[in-house]
Amino acid sequence: MRARVYVSLKKSVLDPQGKTIHHSLQNIGFQQITEVRQGKFFEIDFASELTREEVQAEVEKIARDVLTNPVIEEFSYRIE
Amino acid sequence: MKFGVLMFPGSNCEHDAYHAIRKVLRQPAEFIWHQSTDLKDCQAIIVPGGFSYGDYLRTGAIARFSPVMGAVRRFADRGGLVLGICNGFQILLESGLLPGAMLRNRGLKYVCRQVSIRVENARTPFTGLAGEGDVWNIPIGHMEGNYTLDTDAFQRLERNRQVVFRYCTPHGEITADSNPNGSAANVAGICNPRGNVLGMIPHPERASEPLLGSEDGVRLFQSMIQSRSQV
Repeated sequence: MRARVYVSLKKSVLDPQGKTIHHSLQNIGFQQITEVRQGKFFEIDFASELTREEVQAEVEKIARDVLTNPVIEEFSYRIE
Repeated sequence: MKFGVLMFPGSNCEHDAYHAIRKVLRQPAEFIWHQSTDLKDCQAIIVPGGFSYGDYLRTGAIARFSPVMGAVRRFADRGGLVLGICNGFQILLESGLLPGAMLRNRGLKYVCRQVSIRVENARTPFTGLAGEGDVWNIPIGHMEGNYTLDTDAFQRLERNRQVVFRYCTPHGEITADSNPNGSAANVAGICNPRGNVLGMIPHPERASEPLLGSEDGVRLFQSMIQSRSQV
């Protein structure tokens, strides 16, 4: 099974990279964009004998303890 | 007093710290490899600057899981002196030994220059020989020094007088212009509630000899030594 984990800065934290990308996109004509947030993306492959629930528990623990700093970041994921 | 200087893959200020302790302070020092859990009876631990593990994932995020950091945590819990400089500060934040996190610098640029910092709390083992309000001339060099913490926790930090250094003008005024990286309330260094763990973004080891343009950093190391000689 493969987990895809998305990490981004919390909404309450200023994302200057996202802001810079947003301004650049506006400058080249993409006027309809209201916000850009930049984040990180991880693909994690698990051994096939694990159940979906086991993978889910592991992914949440990995994302919480390692992939994010909870002071400034949040995550979402999907398993396929 | 014997100092231990940690070495992670990607550390690059460990020799500077070792030099300052041995040659300037004339104290014994030993390097401690990140795989070790033996702190070699050191009475103070320096977590040096650099780019531990290439800054992969987040600055300090991977170094936190090194075997040596478990030993450092137990050492700190017993009241041992731990000084994290720059990337070392970031490692202490990721380890939870100090509260908060680092964001990329305001302006998204690596900042490398001489700055002024003001001693905000002279009653720590790291600042005992300084006067409150003293201004130190000291270099910085970092990409992630934009300290942040949620509002309630930040108020606790201020109330407990855990802010030890703030960026300031050469005359000691705390202004927006003297803040090189966007750090909350100009924070340049903080300690834990007990005061035995200090994290700072500026480099005292790079301000320890006249040749380097400033000797202000020496007072920090001397304070550490004195704090333990009184015990």
